Amino acid sequence: MPLSSREAIPLKLTHLRRALVPGLAALTLVLTACGSDDDGDTGSGSGSDDTASLSGTLAAGGASSQQAAQEAWIAGFTAVAPDVTVTYDPIGSGGGRENFISAAFPFAGSDSYLTDDEGELTAATERCGGEAPIELPNYVSPIAVIFNIDGVDELNLSPDTLAGIFAGKITKWDDKAIAADNPDAKLPSAPIDAVHRSDESGTTGNFTNYLSTVASDAWDAGEIEIWPKSYGGQGAQGTSGVVDAVKGGTNSIGYADASQAGGLGVANIGVGDEFVGPTAEAAAKILEVSPEAEGATDTALIFDLDYNTTESGTYPIVLTSYLLACQSYSGDEAEAGELTKAYLGYIVSEDGQAFGAEEAGSAPLSADLSEKVQGIIDGITIE
Amino acid sequence: MTTTTEPPAPEAEPRTSSHRLGDSVFSGLATAAGLTIMLALAGVAIFLLIEGAPAITATGESVYGEDNIVVYVWPLLYGTILAAILAMIFAAPLAIGIALAISHYAPRRVATYLGYAIDLLAAVPSVVYGLWGRVVLAPLVLPLYVWLGDHMSWLPFFQPPVTHGRTILTAGLVLAVMALPIITAICREVFLQTPRMHEEAALALGATRWEMIRMTVFPYARSGVISAMMLGLGRALGETMAVAMVLSAGGFVTINLIGTDQPSTIAANIALNFGNASGSKINTLIFSGLVLFVVSFAVNFAGRWIAARGEVKS
Repeated sequence: MPLSSREAIPLKLTHLRRALVPGLAALTLVLTACGSDDDGDTGSGSGSDDTASLSGTLAAGGASSQQAAQEAWIAGFTAVAPDVTVTYDPIGSGGGRENFISAAFPFAGSDSYLTDDEGELTAATERCGGEAPIELPNYVSPIAVIFNIDGVDELNLSPDTLAGIFAGKITKWDDKAIAADNPDAKLPSAPIDAVHRSDESGTTGNFTNYLSTVASDAWDAGEIEIWPKSYGGQGAQGTSGVVDAVKGGTNSIGYADASQAGGLGVANIGVGDEFVGPTAEAAAKILEVSPEAEGATDTALIFDLDYNTTESGTYPIVLTSYLLACQSYSGDEAEAGELTKAYLGYIVSEDGQAFGAEEAGSAPLSADLSEKVQGIIDGITIE
Repeated sequence: MTTTTEPPAPEAEPRTSSHRLGDSVFSGLATAAGLTIMLALAGVAIFLLIEGAPAITATGESVYGEDNIVVYVWPLLYGTILAAILAMIFAAPLAIGIALAISHYAPRRVATYLGYAIDLLAAVPSVVYGLWGRVVLAPLVLPLYVWLGDHMSWLPFFQPPVTHGRTILTAGLVLAVMALPIITAICREVFLQTPRMHEEAALALGATRWEMIRMTVFPYARSGVISAMMLGLGRALGETMAVAMVLSAGGFVTINLIGTDQPSTIAANIALNFGNASGSKINTLIFSGLVLFVVSFAVNFAGRWIAARGEVKS
């Protein structure tokens, strides 16, 4: 079994293992220290002191945005617990929530938290035996605004300018609005080649959600996942298509997951009085400055991203994704629950987050948030 | 005349004397093979009809925010046909030239290798063509497009603003390269079928080589060349991955071949959006597939008809 799971992971495991051996020791310590309440009779024989002794299959899925990170985490976790097979099916956030509620998945990834708009929160509570489900932010990834302009290495864009460019209202690089943001840059008098995703995309959804929140005058199409035809511009398939188009174009600009920006110029986005680049720290900070969403509880760490924040050093254009799980697992799900607890514990551990950042370019959770999340996962009980 | 892609003439099969076991087994197998392909085709058509039917009355969100299915599919169909026509404009003369070079002009040894090289083009996966178009060709042709936009804008095809190279013209070029091997291979074989006696007679009457080709090879090969074009056109109409990667798919109806806003094609649009589609959007995409199926079918049918009409003359 573990063999087949290794084949499915497109990463060099030997290499991973080498990197993870020190991590393994630390992780076991963490789990030993705080995992004493899951010693139920169905638990693994040696108790919780040894993740390595866990065995079984854990099949879950959900948001495709998490896919690259999940693959990294699965590889990392399998190195720690070699007898466990974890699979993550990137069927999308909606499918993830559906399968979590129907108990097909012991946990799921979702780009949005549970609400009762369509009764999902109630259904999930029911699925978890009447206890509110756990909702944890585990994946935060900055969306970078990438550009390729002759003779320009650094570009500052205020939200209104950014929205104007992508809405097709600002068409030349030497436009007054851009020049005002970049007093020192030598901007060419060339048409702007704005590149967007031509396929339906969650990245477009997050990006336009930001634009419509901070610059609703310039961007009046709202939050959309398919680019509005009337805004024009160059369309490209997938993140790699956008990156290639920006690279191959002249005087081009686009948006893509920050980890994929590879070598291109990355614009600083106006936040308050300053311009901030999409670093992992700046992206992680948005969760600190954002207010908790309505319905947040001790076990549901959900946020409404505050795109309008003026907090210094915060990068606002981010994609956040959540883990959905139950507070307790019993009966048939006890074994899966045990594995879920261990796996989620690994994801939010310092090693897991660092590994995700390295392999998938996500922003590690801040120490403060990480501690809270870890505490909630430690509180999962197996009966 | 026939192309070499067709099976041997039917007189090879004597109809009345099939008493032997081998004969009946073989004829059974052949019939089964023929029926299988008909069933597969019918299956595809039925699937497209059933799954696409709900889209006919769809509006709003189901047809990606358009008023109805016609408004949604028409620009895609336009882009599909435009890309295919552009591809044929580039590919057809080039393919005939290459085929003639191989069959009548190049020294035999060179011709053989040239033939291999062209055939190899057909073995390149379309994703590779797509990558090449997007990474190499699009940036390469951009300066040319800019020049066309600056100096040729009195033609409706070349309107500024030109901001990128991933236009329908580039897609047409990539499609032309992809359709080239099919057209060339068939044309080459057809040209080689020209009776030697005809050619020699023409030469004996004092014709130059070009006159000989015009008088004997072209009339003889006409229907075969048209069949080849139709097959190439079919390839260009249905190509998915390469177009999805090369073309900046915008869904506009425009004859501006180099501008920022570009059309999309049916196949590319399905490739781009099927992954994220759910519910009634899937019906909409399948319906657009049905439209493409019908158009391809019509093109093939027209090709057959033209080819058959030409056959009477020769």
